[in-house]
Amino acid sequence: MSAPLLETHALCKRFGGLLATDSVSLSVRRGECHALIGPNGAGKTTLIGQLSGSLRPDAGVVRFDGRDVTCLGAHQRAMLGFARSFQITSILNDFSVLDNVGVALQAVSGSSFAFWRPVAAETALSTEATAILDKVGLAGLASRRARDLSHGEHRQLEIALALATRPQLMLLDEPMAGMGPDESERMVRLITELKGRYTILLVEHDMDAVFRLADRISVLVAGRVIATGTVDEIRANDAVKCAYLGEEEVD
Amino acid sequence: MRLLRYAVLAAVCLLALAFPQLATWADQEFYISVASRVLIWGLFATSLNLLVGMGGMVSMGHAAFFGIGAYVVGITAVEAPQWSGALLVLPLAVLVTGALALVIGAISLRTRGVYFIMITLAFAQMLFYVFISLKGYGGDDGMQLLARSPLGSLKMADDTVFYYLVLALLALCLLGLARLRDSRFGRVLAGIKDNEARMESLGYATFRFKLTAFVIAGGMGGLAGALMANQNGYLSPNMLYWDQSGTALVMVILGGLGSLWGGLAGAAAFLLLEEVLAAFTPHWQIILGLVLLGVVFFAPRGLAGLFARKPR
Ligand SMILES: Nc1ncnc2c1ncn2[C@@H]1O[C@H](COP(=O)(O)OP(=O)(O)O)[C@@H](O)[C@H]1O
Ligand SMILES: [Mg+2]
Repeated sequence: MSAPLLETHALCKRFGGLLATDSVSLSVRRGECHALIGPNGAGKTTLIGQLSGSLRPDAGVVRFDGRDVTCLGAHQRAMLGFARSFQITSILNDFSVLDNVGVALQAVSGSSFAFWRPVAAETALSTEATAILDKVGLAGLASRRARDLSHGEHRQLEIALALATRPQLMLLDEPMAGMGPDESERMVRLITELKGRYTILLVEHDMDAVFRLADRISVLVAGRVIATGTVDEIRANDAVKCAYLGEEEVD
Repeated sequence: MRLLRYAVLAAVCLLALAFPQLATWADQEFYISVASRVLIWGLFATSLNLLVGMGGMVSMGHAAFFGIGAYVVGITAVEAPQWSGALLVLPLAVLVTGALALVIGAISLRTRGVYFIMITLAFAQMLFYVFISLKGYGGDDGMQLLARSPLGSLKMADDTVFYYLVLALLALCLLGLARLRDSRFGRVLAGIKDNEARMESLGYATFRFKLTAFVIAGGMGGLAGALMANQNGYLSPNMLYWDQSGTALVMVILGGLGSLWGGLAGAAAFLLLEEVLAAFTPHWQIILGLVLLGVVFFAPRGLAGLFARKPR
């Protein structure tokens, strides 16, 4: 239960003169929901990028299940069990909602170097895709073009894509960004359902949501992790109050 | 709409099948070889459409494969005439250009956007200058072919026979592409065109898929070049020149980016426009430019898009 599934050691990433990731050592235990909080521009998305493999760190190590994956690209990490949802929605706009999930499923079920057989005839794919859409609450929209969905529905589709690749670890970058209170509430309930079944690293701004969902929290400020602990520990931490929670109240 | 689509499709197929008879009946046999040229350009543009329209890889160097496919026919006829039968030389042209595409693609697909356009263009231009300087194979005069590549007991010199060979090969390629488009591979390729970063994070090694499409398109372009050399009885470095890539790109845009029939429709429209307009004015390319603008603004899915099914 407590063995780390994901670990980083002294991860660094520099953009010109800006140290966006400053020697970050983080450990996400198998099965936990680990929240990553921090003010805007703290480097949360940059960190997620380095964890998912889309950004190369300048220094440091990323370990997954004990294995050094620092040099693996995003697609290789996805095959190991990483899934990511993007802060800025990233879906296949011209595909139907169903085909979005279908193409994600296809990545983990057999080779895609198949040139002759129509993929639409693979009922196993569409059945499973429908089940996933049902789970995230998009069942009625399967045949709609992804581009035409509302913002909240886009966020749900992001989660569906992450789920479809049968991940072990889900990296969720502000899944509730820009959502209204009702939609947010539904998303919190969805993530609650995913908790325990997947290891989750959750970047989120909404403190109520974080305190409800997280088992542990890490606080990132100006590229550095200034604290890691349980919800109560973080609430009581003076440095965090001063650096982050205080600032929230001013907002 | 669906009915109209099938009606148009059936009419096009019938016209293609009966064209030599119609032309003979009208005493215009000359147009049979014109039609062969349209089909060959259609094949070439279709192969480029696989790259640009289906895969989102805008190449300005596709003429490399067109020209090398032609040179495979020309050089084989000189160096190894015993291999110059169509059943050997056409597959050979596909293999050679496919291998060339593997090399060019492996290098140029590491870049994106404008850089990809420039590097594919550079490769094709490099080959153009190589063949200009290869005096042994005609240099910039090109090579004359003594005869079309023989195929069994068929009379290949007969334009009608050759027309049907071209038509059959084009039909095979279109069938293959139709299957490819709806296959697992085709869906991944469409996904990469739509959002490559997302496909990476879903677990796809997008480079391999793009390279595979590049090789298929290269081999198909090479087949078109080999057929064009046979059609004209002549080939030259001009087939490698960048304006050939540009022409094919214009055809694809005119006909419909990413649609199965786009390449063929675009080639037919382009060559027809050229034929008609050139009779009126030497500045026909200005009018062509206006037509192209019109298509881009008013029918962005091209001529084929007017009839084609909705994109996914
Ligand atoms: N590709 C990039 N190039 C240059 N600077 C970047 C890049 N991506 C992020 N940054 C900068 O790095 C800092 C951290 O950004 P980000 O990781 O998006 O923060 P967060 O997700 O915590 O809001 C910001 O100051 C941002 O401007
Ligand atoms: Mg962010």
